[in-house]
Amino acid sequence: MDALNDLLLPPAKSTLAHQTDTLFWFVHLSSLALTIGLIAVIVYFVYKYRRKSEDEVTPLITHNNTLEVTWSVIPLILVLVVFGWGYKVFMDQQVVPDDAYEIKVTGQKWMWQFTYENGARTNGELHVPADRPIKLIMSSNDVIHSFYVPDYRLKQDVVPGQYTELWFNAKEPGESIIYCTEYCGTAHSDMLGTVVVHEQTDFKTWLAENAGGGSKPEDLAPAEWGEQLAQEYACATCHSTDGSQMTGPTWQGKFGSEEPLADGSSVTVDENYLRESILEPNAKVVQGFPAVMNTYQGQLNEEQINAIIEYIKTLK
Amino acid sequence: MATAEANPKKIQVQRYEPESDPDKHYLNEETGLWTWLTTVDHKKIGLMYLASITFFFFVGGIMALLVRTELWTPAKTFIEANTYNQLFTLHGAIMIFLFLVPSVPAALGNFFLPLQLGAKDVAFPRLNLLSYYIYVAGAVISIVSIVSGGIDTGWTFYTPYSSTTGGAVTIMTFGVFVIGFSSILTGVNFITTIHKMRAPGLTWDKLSLFSWSLYATSIIQILATPVLAITLALVGMERILGIGIFDPAMGGDPVLYQHFFWFYSHPAVYIMIVPGFGIVSEVITTFSKKHIFGYWAIALSSLAIAFIGFLVWGHHMFVSGQASLATMVFSFLTFLVGIPTGIKMFNWTATLYKGSIKLASPLLYIFGFFFLFLVGGLTGIVLGSIALDVHLHDTYYVVAHFHFVMVGGMVMAFLAGLHYWWPKMIGRMYNETMAKIACGIIFIGFNVTFLPQFVMGSQGMPRRYFNYIEQFQSFHQISTIGSYILGFGFVMIFYYLVKSIFTGEKASPNPWGSRALEWQVNSRPPLHNFHHTPVIVNGPYDYHKPMDEFQLGLAENHNAHSDVNGAEVSVSNEEETSAE
Repeated sequence: MDALNDLLLPPAKSTLAHQTDTLFWFVHLSSLALTIGLIAVIVYFVYKYRRKSEDEVTPLITHNNTLEVTWSVIPLILVLVVFGWGYKVFMDQQVVPDDAYEIKVTGQKWMWQFTYENGARTNGELHVPADRPIKLIMSSNDVIHSFYVPDYRLKQDVVPGQYTELWFNAKEPGESIIYCTEYCGTAHSDMLGTVVVHEQTDFKTWLAENAGGGSKPEDLAPAEWGEQLAQEYACATCHSTDGSQMTGPTWQGKFGSEEPLADGSSVTVDENYLRESILEPNAKVVQGFPAVMNTYQGQLNEEQINAIIEYIKTLK
Repeated sequence: MATAEANPKKIQVQRYEPESDPDKHYLNEETGLWTWLTTVDHKKIGLMYLASITFFFFVGGIMALLVRTELWTPAKTFIEANTYNQLFTLHGAIMIFLFLVPSVPAALGNFFLPLQLGAKDVAFPRLNLLSYYIYVAGAVISIVSIVSGGIDTGWTFYTPYSSTTGGAVTIMTFGVFVIGFSSILTGVNFITTIHKMRAPGLTWDKLSLFSWSLYATSIIQILATPVLAITLALVGMERILGIGIFDPAMGGDPVLYQHFFWFYSHPAVYIMIVPGFGIVSEVITTFSKKHIFGYWAIALSSLAIAFIGFLVWGHHMFVSGQASLATMVFSFLTFLVGIPTGIKMFNWTATLYKGSIKLASPLLYIFGFFFLFLVGGLTGIVLGSIALDVHLHDTYYVVAHFHFVMVGGMVMAFLAGLHYWWPKMIGRMYNETMAKIACGIIFIGFNVTFLPQFVMGSQGMPRRYFNYIEQFQSFHQISTIGSYILGFGFVMIFYYLVKSIFTGEKASPNPWGSRALEWQVNSRPPLHNFHHTPVIVNGPYDYHKPMDEFQLGLAENHNAHSDVNGAEVSVSNEEETSAE
């Protein structure tokens, strides 16, 4: 049974995941029994009543009310059990415990951003303490995304213009993958993330170290920090640094060059143009590329923008 | 004949035996390209639909193979992410709107509904031709959208992605909008035909189950399709005029779109599968030479599915952010719609009991249907359970589930119907051995393609992913190999069916010994179906009655010779007599 569980389901890493798994196996195993039963009956009939001569006469059997009622009522009872069970587990998934720790989640093309109580901010990595209910308050900056952690058996759409919620309690320290499961365009399948579960004390330390968020780590040069930020903020999902063509223009050799724009004019790529492109991406779109980038207004501070520009300058 | 006492009427009848290979039939009574393009003959229109949907099936199929080939490796294999996104969108849109929805009703239904009713044509033959041209117009518009930029929204066109992305979304939604009218008009035509065009004696309790299923389908087509048209029109208005309906940036509600979309698209699933159920009933009775078990249970469960099917759309939206109460109600109703479907499966199985079963290729396809549809239906129960859907929604589990229902169920039933009725349509037999081998290849290829997807989905592999994590690679590769086997099977069917048109053995009028009315006309059928007015005294599944009782028609009074085999029968015929 454990081997089967490992083949079909990801590891169960939240307090409620095993409830989903028990129901999963109940429905699948009873379905399997029904399938084998029905197919066996059909195979038996096909063999037993195979046509032996072309003039065979078959008996007239039109209906049988007892049978009709039997095979309507028994499946009805079974599916009602599945319904009630599924609903009960769902309600447990819905009702957030009072002492849940709140984290704000923002989805946008194509990254996950997490904001913590003390202003700490991460991209792609959700840091949480173990053995404590976590409540995610989620919204989207552009189109619908969906936050899915298979290890927790949980999924919730992240919708622009409204908040949706999701809660879980990760039992042990460890890591779990986050997928986006609502199709959101070119890099939908790259919109991944990781839940990093810390021991409670480690989480406190981590949180304190990242308080405020967005100031340059002591040991990094601005360009190096810019490179790190370009990864974290998913710039690299659309902008290559090696000259290859992706959703947006490559950054290689871009600084100082002359770029043709979609409206026919052209622009010299300098600090001002790069800054404008980060804050108002659709003001001057380079010819041949779709106007799909979101603004980073309010997400990157001046220091971070400067660091990214410094990084772009190094890409000759 | 329970109702015969209600209003008995004596009619002079005689037997009309059908001939094989008649000199004149619907394909040679009028010839030339122009007569095809302007024909109002339901059989020719059915064949034109058949040719069109076959074309689009292969176009959509090639796209599926490209998608599967790209998924051979976890990163880019041979096409860009944007191309991949367009391919899976077009695969879905083409297969659903241009193949599945019109497949059984518009192609096989068009051909056989009037024959099963003993009518010379559908109620509105010109409207029927118009439906076909609207379908073609919609298809052409869709092709224009593919050529002028393509679309990358997924076949579901979810907002606000679809109202903000580039490409030719407006043109494509307009194409689908237009095709919808074809569907609506066919529905109106069929309902009228079933009500008003039945032959003398063909009461509701003698209506074939295929006709009943088309009746249920037509009701859904008429009631649900307009909602799709309205929804797509609203998306168009949002994109062109900037009116905020679904896009929150303009004050709209994106979840509202999902409600509208699934209000059509869930019943549409039943538009696709219910006619398939009709074929199953016809083929099972014919090849077991036995009366259908639970005629009314099967007929009425189609109507029950049509009705309850309208009330379950929210089960596509359990994680969309809709209210928990709504989620509970939709889950409950979803389980109810499973019951009539289960009833059908049990009744079909019971029909085989003490039958005289001949495992010819149409029946073999039906058994393929049985297994695959059972798996598809039971995994639907899994997905209907809210807690399980929270985990499995938008993963490959869902992809596998609907392919089991739509391809394993619907396409297998369609192929069964095609093989079953091919001798009547074309007047030629196909190669039976090849048909059986192809059925086996498709069955194996299908399972190799889609069973691994259940496993991947349960493990959390999301759908519509261009890149994926390496853990899933072996499953994806098995699935891709399966898709090639499946593709080969379909090409094989195409080959031997087309070959049979030219070199096939001539078919007798009733090669399967069926009692159904469409088998009591010549193969190929005459242009106006019947040279006589058929008179119905038995139901289409009364295998305990002799064949000659199924070949009766109004006696030609002016012909003295007819007295030789003439007879008198009582038929109950309230509706037709009051209508006249």
